[in-house]
Amino acid sequence: MDIFIQQIINGLVLGSIYALVALGYTMVYGIMGLINFAHGEIVMIGAMVALTVVKLLVNSGLPVFIIILIALAGAVAVCMAVGYSIERIAYRPLRRAPKLAPLITAIGVSIVLQNLAMLIWGRNYHAFPPILPDAQFDIYGATITSLQVTIVLIAALMMAGLIVLIHRTRLGRAMRATSENPLIAQLMGVNINQIISFTFVIGSALAAVAGLMVSANYSIVHFYMGFMLGLKAFTAAVLGGIGNIAGAVLGGILLGLIESLGAGYIGDLTGGFLGSHYQDVFAFFVLICVLIFRPSGLVGEKISERA
Amino acid sequence: MSYSRIPSMTFAIAAAIAMIGCSQKEAPKPVPAPVPVVTAPVAPPPKPEVTVQLGHVAPLTGPQAHLGKDNENAARMAIDELNGKGLEIGGAKIKFALVAEDDQAVPMQGTIVAQKLVDAKVNGVIGHLNSGTTIPASKIYFDAGIPQISGSATNPKYTQQGFTTAFRVMANDVQQGKVLGDYAAKQMAAKTVAIIDDRSAYGQGLADEFEKSVIAAGGKVATREFTNDKATDFAAILTKIKSKKVDVIFYGGMDAQGGPMTKQLKSLGLKAKFLTGDGGCTPEYIKLAGAASEGQYCSLPGVPLDQMPGGKAFGDAFTAKYGQIQLYAPYVYDAVMVMVDAMKRANSVESAKFLPEIGKTDYQGVTARVQFDEKGDLKGGAISLYQVKDGKWEYRETIGGAPVEMAKEAVKEAATAVKDAAVVAGEAAKDAMKDVAKEGAKAAADMTKSAADAGKSAAETTKAAIEKK
Repeated sequence: MDIFIQQIINGLVLGSIYALVALGYTMVYGIMGLINFAHGEIVMIGAMVALTVVKLLVNSGLPVFIIILIALAGAVAVCMAVGYSIERIAYRPLRRAPKLAPLITAIGVSIVLQNLAMLIWGRNYHAFPPILPDAQFDIYGATITSLQVTIVLIAALMMAGLIVLIHRTRLGRAMRATSENPLIAQLMGVNINQIISFTFVIGSALAAVAGLMVSANYSIVHFYMGFMLGLKAFTAAVLGGIGNIAGAVLGGILLGLIESLGAGYIGDLTGGFLGSHYQDVFAFFVLICVLIFRPSGLVGEKISERA
Repeated sequence: MSYSRIPSMTFAIAAAIAMIGCSQKEAPKPVPAPVPVVTAPVAPPPKPEVTVQLGHVAPLTGPQAHLGKDNENAARMAIDELNGKGLEIGGAKIKFALVAEDDQAVPMQGTIVAQKLVDAKVNGVIGHLNSGTTIPASKIYFDAGIPQISGSATNPKYTQQGFTTAFRVMANDVQQGKVLGDYAAKQMAAKTVAIIDDRSAYGQGLADEFEKSVIAAGGKVATREFTNDKATDFAAILTKIKSKKVDVIFYGGMDAQGGPMTKQLKSLGLKAKFLTGDGGCTPEYIKLAGAASEGQYCSLPGVPLDQMPGGKAFGDAFTAKYGQIQLYAPYVYDAVMVMVDAMKRANSVESAKFLPEIGKTDYQGVTARVQFDEKGDLKGGAISLYQVKDGKWEYRETIGGAPVEMAKEAVKEAATAVKDAAVVAGEAAKDAMKDVAKEGAKAAADMTKSAADAGKSAAETTKAAIEKK
C-alpha cells in the first residue's frame, strides 16, 4: 500500500512540474494561437539564472529565504526580458504570416536559445546547491519532501492566479478580446501589440518560476533540460485542452500520474511482457485516445478557425 | 538588360573562387613517395608538407555534450603534440588537422556526419563516443575503407560485424559486464539486484552482460527497469524497485542520469547500494548526486591513470590546458596515438596502407598497453573499480589485470636491458684506450637507447667505469 501511495505522490509531483511549464504554453496559445516551442528553453534560462544567483549568494550569510527570493526575482526579470525580445524580434514580424511560419520560427528560437545557453553556461551539468529545506514528511510509509509540497502548491496557486487575471481583470478582458479577434479588438481601442507583449512577459515569468522549482527539485541544471520538459509540457497542455488554463494543470497531473503508475505497474500487470520503457508509449496512447474522442482536449473548448 | 547579367556574373565569380579554393586545398597533397634510403650524407631536398585529416566525432550538443567536448579536447591535444614534434612519414613532413563533428549522441546523426567525413576524405576517424552512434557509422567507414578507432564505444557488436576498419582502445561491455556482475554478487555480497538501463546501445548492452554475470555468480535479478538518456525523474521505477527490497541497484547509462537517480534513490529511502559502469564514473556523477553519492560504486576499463607510465603527465597536461578530465579523454588520446603509430610503421598516411598496421599495434598508451585481437578489440582489458569516499572517486581494485602485468613486465624487461647494456659498456671501456673507450661508450650508449628508454643510466654507468679506470 505504501508503494501505491508513493507512486501517486510521484505522479502528483511530476505532474505538477509538467503543469508549471504547461501553464506558460497554454497561455500564449490561448491568446495568440501560437505554439511557443521556445517555452521550454525559457524555463531552462530561468533555472540557469536562478542557479547563478544562488551560487553567488550562497556564502553571503543571507537567510535562505532571501537568497531564493533574490534568485527568483533575477530569474523572472531575465526571463521576462528574453520573452519580450523573442516576441519582438522573432514573432511580431510574422504575425500576419501563415501559421506554419511562426511555428518553425519558434523551433528555431528554441535551438538558438539552447546554444546561447551552452555558450554562456558551458556544456557541463550544474548541481543546484542543496540550500532549500529538505524536510521529509511521512504519509503511510510514503515520503514527500517539503520542496515537492511547495511545487504542488505553486502549480495550484499559479493556475488560480492566471484564471483570475484572465477572467476577472481589465487586462484579462483585453487579452480575451485579442484572442477572439485581434482586428476588432484593435478597433475597440485595445493596443494589441502591448497585450501580446504582456502575454509573453507573463508566460516567461511563469517559466522562470518553473525553472527554479524544477532545478531545485532534481538539483540539476543543464542547457538541454528545457527540451524534454517542453515536449512533455506541450503534451500535457494538449491533453488538457490547449488554451485552457485549468486544462493545462489537469493535463499535467494526469500525464504525471499515467507515467508514474505506468512505469510502476505495467511490468507486473503484463507479467513482464511490457516494461517501464513503455511508460511513454502508455502516456501517448492515452493522449491519442483523448484526442480521438475529444479533439480539443479534456476541458478545451472548440476553437473556431480564425480567418 | 545589364541587370540580368549580374546573377550570372556573380555565379561565375563564385565558381572561380570555389575552384581556386579547391585547387589550393588539393595542391599540397601529393602522393607520399617511398623514402629513399639516404646512404651518403648529402643535404636532403626540402621536404614536402602533407596535411593529414583526422576525423573526430562525439556529441558536442545535447545531454552528453560535456563528455563529447572532453573527447574532442583530448584528440586536439594529441594532434597539437604530434604537430609540435614535427613528424615525418613517407618522406614528407606531416601536419595533422582535426575535423571535429557533432553527432548529438543520436544514431541517425552519427551516420550523417560519418558520410560527411568520408566525403571530406579524412585519413582516419577517432570516435564516435557512444556505441549507439558508433555501430551504424562503422559500416560507412568500412565501405569507404577508412580506419576507425573509438576510445569509448564499448558495445560488443561494434567489432563483431566483421569490419576490418573497426577498432577500440577500451575493454568492451562483455568484459566489463562480467567483472561488474561478479563484483556485485561476490564483493558486494548482493543476493538480489535490480537493473536499470537507458535503452541506448551502450546501456542496454552493459546491463545485459551484467545480468548474465550476476546470474552466473549465483545472484538473483529481482527486476529490470528502463529509462532513457534524457530523463531526470526516476521516482516511479525506483519506487517499484523499493518494493522488491534489493541489495544492489545497477545502472547501465551515463552520469547525467546516474547522478540524479542516486539522489532520488536516497530521498525515497532505499537502502540498496548503487553500482554503475564507465558512463557514470565521472566527477559529474558525484556533483549531481551530492551527498547521496557517498559509498557508491563504479567501474572503468583500464587501470587508474596515475598507475600507468606517462599517465600522470598526461593528466596534468590535460588539466592545465582544458580543465578536469571528464571521462574518456585519456582513451581518445591513446586512440589518436595508436592510429599515428600505425601510420609511422606503415610509413604512409594513406588509409589503405596503414590500416593493416593498426591490427599489429603494440603501443604503450596512457590507459593501457594497446594490442588488438583479430576483431579489433583491446586484448587483456583490465577493469578497475572505484568507490566514492569523501566526495571523490577512490580506487578500489583492478580485476582481470593482464595489462598491469604486461606493463610491469615491460618495466622489468627495460631494467634488464639497462643492466646488460651497462655491462657491455663497462667492458668496452675497460678494454679500450681512452679515445677508443669514448667511442665504445658512445656505441654502447646508442645500443642502450635502442634497447630501452633508459640510455641515461647506462651512459652514467659507462662514465663511472671510465672514471674508475
